[in-house]
Amino acid sequence: MNTESTPALLVLEDGSVWRGRGFGDTTTKTGEVVFCTAMTGYEEALTDPSYQGQILVLTATQIGNTGITTEDGESAHPQVAGFVVREATPLVSNCRAKTELPTWLAQSGIPAMEGLDTRALVRRLRESGAMRGAISNDPAQTPESLLAAARAAPDMSGANLAESAGPEAPHRPSEDLGGWWDGARDMPKDRVRAKDHPYRVVALDCGAKRTIYKHLVDRGCEVHALPANSSPSEIRALEPEGLFVSNGPGDPAAVDQAIDTLREVAGEVPTFGICLGHQLLSLALGAQTTKMKFGHRGANQPVHAAGRDRIEITSQNHGFCVEAASLEAAGCSITHRHVNDGTVAGFRHDSQPIFAVQYHPEASPGPHDSAYLFDDFVAQMADVRG
Amino acid sequence: MPKREDIKNILIIGSGPIVIGQGCEFDYSGTQACKSLREEGYRVVLVNSNPATIMTDPGFSDRTYIEPISVAGVRKVLELEKERGTPIDALLPTLGGQTALNCACQLHDEGVLTEFNVEMIGADREVIHRAEDRQAFRKVVEKLGLKLPKARTVESMSEAHSFLDEVGLPLIVRPAFTLGGFGGGIAWNKAEFEDIVTRGLSASMIGQVQIDQSVLGWKEYELEVVRDGRDNCIIVCGIENIDAMGVHTGDSITVAPIQTLTDREYQRMRDASFAILREVGVDTGGANVQFCVNPETAEMLVVEMNPRVSRSSALASKATGFPIAKIAAKLAVGYTLDELRNDVTGTTTACWEPSIDYCVVKMPRWTFEKFPEADETLTTQMKSVGEAMSIGRTFREAFQKAIRSMEVKRHGFGLDPLDPWLAHQRGDTTAEWPVPEDKLARKLSVPSQGRPWFVRAALRASWTIDRVHDLTGIDRWFLAQFASLVEFEDRLLACGSLDAVPAELWHEAKALGYSDAQFAWAFLDSVSPEAILQVRDRRKSLGIVPVYKLVDTCAAEFEAATPYYYSTYEAPTETVEGGVGPAECEARVTDREKVIILGGGPNRIGQGIEFDYCCVQASFAAGDVGLESVMINSNPETVSTDFDTSDLLFFEPLTLEDTLNAIERLNGGGLERPDRSGGVVGVVVQFGGQTPLNLARGLVTAGVPLLGTSLDSIDLAEDRDRFAGVLRELDLRQPENGIAHTLDEAVEIAGRIGYPVLVRPSYVLGGRGMELCYDEAALRVYIRQSLEASDLQNAPVLIDRFLAEATEVDVDVVADFDPNAEPKPNLQLAEGQARAVVAGVMEHVEEAGIHSGDSSCFLPPVSLPEPVVERIREAARALAGRLRVRGLMNVQFAVKDGEIFVIEVNPRASRTVPFVAKAKGERYARMAARIMFGESLDGIGLEEKNIVGQHFAVKAPVFPFDRFPGVDVLLGPEMRSTGEVMGLHRAAPIAFAKALMSAGLELPVEGTVFLSVRSSDKDRVVGIARDLRSMGFRVVATDGTADRLAEFGVQVETIAKISEGRRPNVLDMIQNGEVALIINTPTRKGGDTDEGRIRAAAVTSRTPLIGTLTGAQAAVQAIAALRAGTWTVHALQDHFPASEEAELSASS
Repeated sequence: MNTESTPALLVLEDGSVWRGRGFGDTTTKTGEVVFCTAMTGYEEALTDPSYQGQILVLTATQIGNTGITTEDGESAHPQVAGFVVREATPLVSNCRAKTELPTWLAQSGIPAMEGLDTRALVRRLRESGAMRGAISNDPAQTPESLLAAARAAPDMSGANLAESAGPEAPHRPSEDLGGWWDGARDMPKDRVRAKDHPYRVVALDCGAKRTIYKHLVDRGCEVHALPANSSPSEIRALEPEGLFVSNGPGDPAAVDQAIDTLREVAGEVPTFGICLGHQLLSLALGAQTTKMKFGHRGANQPVHAAGRDRIEITSQNHGFCVEAASLEAAGCSITHRHVNDGTVAGFRHDSQPIFAVQYHPEASPGPHDSAYLFDDFVAQMADVRG
Repeated sequence: MPKREDIKNILIIGSGPIVIGQGCEFDYSGTQACKSLREEGYRVVLVNSNPATIMTDPGFSDRTYIEPISVAGVRKVLELEKERGTPIDALLPTLGGQTALNCACQLHDEGVLTEFNVEMIGADREVIHRAEDRQAFRKVVEKLGLKLPKARTVESMSEAHSFLDEVGLPLIVRPAFTLGGFGGGIAWNKAEFEDIVTRGLSASMIGQVQIDQSVLGWKEYELEVVRDGRDNCIIVCGIENIDAMGVHTGDSITVAPIQTLTDREYQRMRDASFAILREVGVDTGGANVQFCVNPETAEMLVVEMNPRVSRSSALASKATGFPIAKIAAKLAVGYTLDELRNDVTGTTTACWEPSIDYCVVKMPRWTFEKFPEADETLTTQMKSVGEAMSIGRTFREAFQKAIRSMEVKRHGFGLDPLDPWLAHQRGDTTAEWPVPEDKLARKLSVPSQGRPWFVRAALRASWTIDRVHDLTGIDRWFLAQFASLVEFEDRLLACGSLDAVPAELWHEAKALGYSDAQFAWAFLDSVSPEAILQVRDRRKSLGIVPVYKLVDTCAAEFEAATPYYYSTYEAPTETVEGGVGPAECEARVTDREKVIILGGGPNRIGQGIEFDYCCVQASFAAGDVGLESVMINSNPETVSTDFDTSDLLFFEPLTLEDTLNAIERLNGGGLERPDRSGGVVGVVVQFGGQTPLNLARGLVTAGVPLLGTSLDSIDLAEDRDRFAGVLRELDLRQPENGIAHTLDEAVEIAGRIGYPVLVRPSYVLGGRGMELCYDEAALRVYIRQSLEASDLQNAPVLIDRFLAEATEVDVDVVADFDPNAEPKPNLQLAEGQARAVVAGVMEHVEEAGIHSGDSSCFLPPVSLPEPVVERIREAARALAGRLRVRGLMNVQFAVKDGEIFVIEVNPRASRTVPFVAKAKGERYARMAARIMFGESLDGIGLEEKNIVGQHFAVKAPVFPFDRFPGVDVLLGPEMRSTGEVMGLHRAAPIAFAKALMSAGLELPVEGTVFLSVRSSDKDRVVGIARDLRSMGFRVVATDGTADRLAEFGVQVETIAKISEGRRPNVLDMIQNGEVALIINTPTRKGGDTDEGRIRAAAVTSRTPLIGTLTGAQAAVQAIAALRAGTWTVHALQDHFPASEEAELSASS
């Protein structure tokens, strides 16, 4: 709703041009253009490392209304390459807000735009599949120059982004979660908690969302986050009782080293994967992943959990998925399926303590229906401990 | 889980008459339920007393009982169904509002359900108790670690003090058992607190007050939840109230999706909703949970939950495309959400949460003008009678569209004829501008129906957002949106002239929801159709045209199958190689011929569900004749806006601009039907009440063909001079009358005719502004005060001789004359001998002078001799021929001493059409529509149908007086009823008694009757009193009436008048519940007279009150019939067995 804004452009690799008003940083970025249908949680989405290298389009039309709280972020700063909305508001109307969306994006070097027909854009992405694009609110750019930039941008297939999205060195997430998490208020009351002393969990961090760690720590886990390219010996050296493989950006099949590592250590202790972690574990076990047409991104994705015979409304953010047949051939059972398209949403290894889900039980943003999976993980560690 | 096979016959209870807080949204939910259960092969038995509903069309259920929704009524239905060998297995109580829920609970509590072995499905008795009982619900909430606003019931000041110490000020004090919160209030300081508690304790009949923690100013939210038998839970929609806590949700402007919560806050609410549903035990179906959030701390409290579908679930269904009631019905019979399909996408599951990529605004519609004495303040008790919903891509667009959907002579947030700021700018010294600061502050802090305009005034006067927020409690985000509209106006006006507005600014304005009418007023100083069309031409010449987007439940993630559209203005498409193209429009236009049906917009008194019934029938009729039906409407409560009622649905404001845009789009550009096949063959403006009729002239001016009766005929019937000519031609009489354009003229005409006279503005609906003037002084006051009531500027005032003690008669007619309309509809009319068929003749119980919508009536007539009735029919047929009616026509007659007078003619669907259809077992509205679409009466074989000797149907009105304490319950020429019920029986008195029962007026068969009548009625009341005595009633009266009765030898007891000062007086008797029936014919207006207080006491003590002698006579006969034997119930299918099969097959 800025009246004195600069013109902005988004050009997709198919040559379509989308004009709007710019906000955020005055710059040009390329990336895979994807859309998300969640109606709340733009702050969480923008800070989700899984969106690295992507230009995020939100379908909800009024964005920025609650400002930026900073405490709700999934990482310290916005991660997207660019941000596209129907209408952004600079006004903040939430008592927890620390700053406003446009300023925050500008400070973080992220170009954003509003005022374009985001629904037409989403329909195009739905029809043609996710595409590369270039976004710019730099007046020097033209549709032609941006088209060239979009077509020159790296393809998401084959992109190993997980290694750079995760930490460079081991760290202890429990130490930097800060005092902003009021677990008592938001966590399920009947969550499973560690008895006696904490469970030592090693997390292979490919760009993990903070809330995942919050769930683990809140259940009494001592989490040691390691870079995605850590070796089996580095993992074993920590004598973990549980192994966790995180979410993250990019093509799972390109994260060779992590897949090799997991092939060796997965299942030695109870192992749990989320999103990219689900894909990496699948690949390590010998299954295959494929790129989806436009992926699942939203907070309303229905998943059927076979064991519980219930539908969970889940938060999802993935552009690749695991092929069901290859997973079953690798000795796994499919425990969760996406209700709308039947794609794999979760599996369990038939003989080893490995399970994973394609979606986000930590939500944030999104529904809390699947938080029980963290309980399951802790319960498995408890079983081993006896 | 698959559907249950152990149940076969399911009873659905409807919500009965339309009342404030329970509107046609339950016709929508009930109709969906009936359809969806029959689709599953269940036999559906329906009980609903409201004949104006679509669900009571016999085609929607296997057995349709238009019978009282009471334990007695439903019990009889259960008995009859059992006797017939089709015993009811299950009762679905959650789709008929609070009425159905309460009735189901009573049936359970009185053991009826057990006796007949009927299972409650959807929600059982325990669940309802836990959700509805304040204490039980508090337990549930607190067990979950959630909180409700603190509250305590106290009986003494010391108890009150201890609660004060615990919670702090401000506190809300409400005396127990007083109506309308009388004696209560908000205490901001200690002195005030003690004062209000003292007052409240004495005002309460049981010496109790409830004290609530004040959450005034907290933000209010509502979540629509659906749960299935396997514990799958979903949120269909979250709704945010713009008005903060303290204003009933039904009276709040609301928005979806929720705009001012973070995900963390929203998910906390979602978790709490599910936890509450599970703990309360709502096994299957829809429910809603309300929350409030402290804007300063984000603290969240639970407000309440409804374990049933509600007004908000209808809104949520329309806002998202997710049909809650339909799904809830299927879940109640055992399905789980994942087994059901999302009908909108056709491919995905119903077990998911809709995502919306637009903004929805709902705005309430009030009718305080009907109750001038009522308190307009908006409180926790709902006062609105209807609502409109609008859809836009952004909040501002949706908000302005909502305003122009309201039909309150506002065309947007400003820049229209009622904008005092603009008027002031233009030198109008009478405009209230600037609004005095103290008044503005008060208007902002006390919520009332006009508050948005004062918010605008404050922002216009440069008050800060913070200041307006502090006074209104409206979230700053919304205020900033409003402020930006005010700022935008300056940019627009700075252009100076229409031609000077650049295309980019045009586009921006349209995307912000500005209407062509606002442009017309801003730059052409007129909102006439011509000015609006001029703006439209200019806009189109710049290429600024709307596109249509789909409501698809999924924010475009999937292809959607359902053609449910809204308009918006979007940026053009563009490619690097191909350049710029038009904005993307998703409207799928087929090459089939289309008819557009214009709906009625927001419900109001005088225009409600009856017209939605007609519009839906017109839509079905289009299907009958192979035309594509296109519905345009803005009312989310209705069946007409269900996505599968018509072939295409445009959820749009009913304005000239929005209608023309849709037509143009459907024609592929242009208002004339393109030469190729397809396109819009015409528009139906006669079925949606006054709203679409008001558009007729503009549509014709723009070149759009109207279907059915021509605009000229409508004008002929409405123009007094022309109409007088018609009557002379036909040798029909009307009461002496005249038409006055000035005060002097009015006085002269009234003097010539003789007082009393009936005066009203021309072109009004529901008797708006109509009054009986007994003398010149009253006439002068009226003329000065109420010239504004008409929608047309300089509209003259009509003055009629008032026919005292005449019998009023309503007649509905279907005719198939060639309307010879210009421009000619693109339809081929069937050849044949044109004629008119009288659908029904209804005799009013109340005599002339009481608005026909507020009268009870009998069909067929009970007292008029057949020769008179036949003369009435002949007159009606002749009128239809002369007005070249094609479709429906309604005529009101008055019969005095055997002479017939024509009161008025409306060549359009009337309020009584659905009643007549149910009474006679013919689908008149649907047939009339088919005739408008080109068929003939001969072709469809419609003949006059005589039900004399078979049964009587009685229609009775229902009033909202209990919502407006202190308002005198007098009836007059101004319509005030919100709804109607029907009683059907072989015997007229029983039919009348059943209608009264359904209207909530239980006639006593014994006890005390209090009589108080005006002097002119004193002779006529004697017979009534005598009859009552002979049936063993005790008759009580005050002096005047008692003396007269005693003179005639009627045994009567005298009781003191209130004004006498002696106690006990009549008021004491009424309040002590010693009076079973009050018969009071009024003399003067005003709640402060004795009789006014008696009537008010009747309302508060729920004592049956009858206000006319003719009504009293009918009631006495009904009482006699009730005493003579019990009443019986019958399904419509019993009354009209022959048509059953046809009805069943014709439902879809």
